[in-house]
Amino acid sequence: MIAELGLAALWLAAALSALQLLASIAGVRKDQGETGLAALVRPAAMLQAGLCALAFAALLYVFAVTDLSVELVARNSHSEKPLVFKLAGAWGNHEGSMLLWVTVMALAGGLIALIERRLPERTMLATLGAQSFVGLGFYAFLLFSSNPFARLNPAPAQGNGLNPLLQDIGLAFHPPTLYFGYVGLSVAFSFAVGALVTRSVTPEFARVMRPWVLGAWIFLTLGITAGSYWAYYELGWGGWWFWDPVENASLMPWLAATALLHSASVLASRDALRAWTIMLGVVAFSMSMVGTFLVRSGILTSVHAFAVDPTRGSFILALLTIYIGGALVLFALRITTVAEGERFSALSREGALVVNNVLLSAVLGIVLLGTLYPLLTEAFGVRVSVGPPYFNPVGAIFFLPMLAVLAIGPLLRWRGDSLGRVRGPVLAIAATAAAVLLAAWLLWDIALLSLLGMALAAAVALGSVLPLRGRNLARLPLPVWGMVVAHLGVAVALFGMAADSAFQEERLIAAGIGDQIEVGPWQAELVSIAPTAGANWTAMEATMVFSYDGGPTRMGAPQSRQFWSPPQQTSEVALITRWNGQLYVALGDETASEGGQPRWQLRLWWKPFVTFIWYGGVLIAFGGLLALIGRVTGDVRRRVAVRKIEQRRTDEALA
Amino acid sequence: MRRLRWSLWLIVALALALFALFAVQLSRPKSDFVQSAMVGQALPPFDLPPAVEAMPGLASTDFADGQPRLLNVFASWCVPCRAEAPQLEQLRRKGAQIVAVAIRDRPEDVAAFLELYGNPFTRIGSDEISAVQLALGSSGVPETFVVDGQGNITYQHIGDIRDRDVPILLDELRRAGTGAAGA
Repeated sequence: MIAELGLAALWLAAALSALQLLASIAGVRKDQGETGLAALVRPAAMLQAGLCALAFAALLYVFAVTDLSVELVARNSHSEKPLVFKLAGAWGNHEGSMLLWVTVMALAGGLIALIERRLPERTMLATLGAQSFVGLGFYAFLLFSSNPFARLNPAPAQGNGLNPLLQDIGLAFHPPTLYFGYVGLSVAFSFAVGALVTRSVTPEFARVMRPWVLGAWIFLTLGITAGSYWAYYELGWGGWWFWDPVENASLMPWLAATALLHSASVLASRDALRAWTIMLGVVAFSMSMVGTFLVRSGILTSVHAFAVDPTRGSFILALLTIYIGGALVLFALRITTVAEGERFSALSREGALVVNNVLLSAVLGIVLLGTLYPLLTEAFGVRVSVGPPYFNPVGAIFFLPMLAVLAIGPLLRWRGDSLGRVRGPVLAIAATAAAVLLAAWLLWDIALLSLLGMALAAAVALGSVLPLRGRNLARLPLPVWGMVVAHLGVAVALFGMAADSAFQEERLIAAGIGDQIEVGPWQAELVSIAPTAGANWTAMEATMVFSYDGGPTRMGAPQSRQFWSPPQQTSEVALITRWNGQLYVALGDETASEGGQPRWQLRLWWKPFVTFIWYGGVLIAFGGLLALIGRVTGDVRRRVAVRKIEQRRTDEALA
Repeated sequence: MRRLRWSLWLIVALALALFALFAVQLSRPKSDFVQSAMVGQALPPFDLPPAVEAMPGLASTDFADGQPRLLNVFASWCVPCRAEAPQLEQLRRKGAQIVAVAIRDRPEDVAAFLELYGNPFTRIGSDEISAVQLALGSSGVPETFVVDGQGNITYQHIGDIRDRDVPILLDELRRAGTGAAGA
């Protein structure tokens, strides 16, 4: 019954979405504002949000009570699973995650319809129309090819479980985080299309779009950071980024969103980069759609192949072609009629941001090419795989100069600046970078990329706090703090990456009970190995004692886990975290015994400062959050002020 | 302005070309098997100790006697390896010479496996750390390579051998033999 209610709500929401599209087309055409059909657009969007929320609540309910007559529950859940994973199971599969996507999108649309009144109504109608056009495709996808509420008759006695790799609290919240990001970018896309349709690419448009881009960007940053940490501790391979197609699929929208964020700032404060901002709005959403397509269609082979189905792939591909192809055609037709924005000199804040944008786009292009290259060669019958030997150096060619610009850019003034004014701080930054480079080169024998990474990390760290110099910190606007914190986060993450690749030490041995192992500054001892069991798995668990440089001992227990429903083997690594890095221990299989003494494969890594990568990621997201809070409170304050003035005027008129 | 327009349409065309590529690849049947890059090349040099006491081990030099062979990569702990045992036996009866590499295995387990599922092999080398398996470009068990009389890998079969694979493998063996004679 609840499932049918959810399905009915979904159909109604889809119908409302169609109504919203038609009404907004009528509204934009006749330019009639709030009258006639156009008056239906905002209420339709708000009601749709309520209906989608209802449908999603219904899905959560059937998962919570494990209603096995619903096919999706039977396939993905199990009555003995902990409640939190039952709930997470609702979106830990293709259908549920698409419903989540649609729900978040409807909520975002409803919110815009409810509160956003700064733009000309015609632009808003076009925006909400674009939003409903995108939404309709996803409704069709859900209802026609992946209905989450489909029944199963007869109902099975027990469910099929959930992919054990996904039975992890971090991962339960990882896909939704990315979805929030993707949906935020879809809103930015709708705004871009709305502005393009009505030819009103204004600073106001950028200000309205910016919080959505910021929000999306925060979620994407957190999603990538969490995903990277998950792959690090769950896969047991000791790496934190594998240039896997699925990882690239989440990185590409982030790169585009980062560029969009910066170019929207330029548009908002200086009325420049109009066409470029619109283009990036289209590209950012395209990248999230392409990413979704690559992940869902299984067209590329990936270690993350959870929800692969080629027939669904063709549906997403059709959506991709309609939205992105359509938006690009619209862009090509319309953009030449959008007036050119303000001009600026090359040595200015805008100039630095343009360089940042171009380089980010170049990195994006490189990642896209590397990800799709195997697909291209496969069309000609050659199978290749593209990995770090391509991505690291080729990406670095553009990424490292971008970081250099990042260190200096925030010091420059808008519109135009002189070299003389910024000479002091720029020299200080350059001297820091050179000193770190030289010191690292003399002290250690490390690779060029790591050396450059460390030098640039120092430069970016200094460059990110220098804008605070000579300013009253108590009165500094929140968005400036956001910029400082986010840039500092980049430096921290960069330092972590460079230090990890430069100083990591690895040992792979077959150890017997009582064996002593040394890795880097750590001494480890394999004390015992015993079987253990959890709710739906059994494991071999090693008890190990670790000591850093002869210091106090700490315990760790890496496991090699065997899930039985569905059968799958995973590795639970032992992580010993210190301020200066992490010891990473993975237990493998039992190997051939020697004289009756069993031996076990053990992999140990000492990873200096590796944690800084994720601290940096969190800092970047936190900087974004500060900026978002600053922007939103600023908007609210402005709105309250405007309302007060209006109130006073009407009062005066009455008096 | 005109040049800008032109490049804009180029972007549209590129995007559409990309989508067309997606569509083509999506409509093709997908194979997850990665063929070894060693096919068509000489065997990597190796010398493995015997996997069971009663039989000789396996070295790459054993292949240089002018006779084509099947090289089966298996393990006693591998379930599909049990499933392909009758087909290997069938191949042996039809005149194929089969040698094997046992992966990450214990002598007593290999012996028990041969006892239970039959022994079609003339030699079995023990590869305790999968070194030879990786050198062959094999990514799992079971896999079967066709090696000609000069020790060159001419064919790779990934996965267990089914009934329909038996004539294919015999054919490949014959071709490897005649190729050697012609050379």
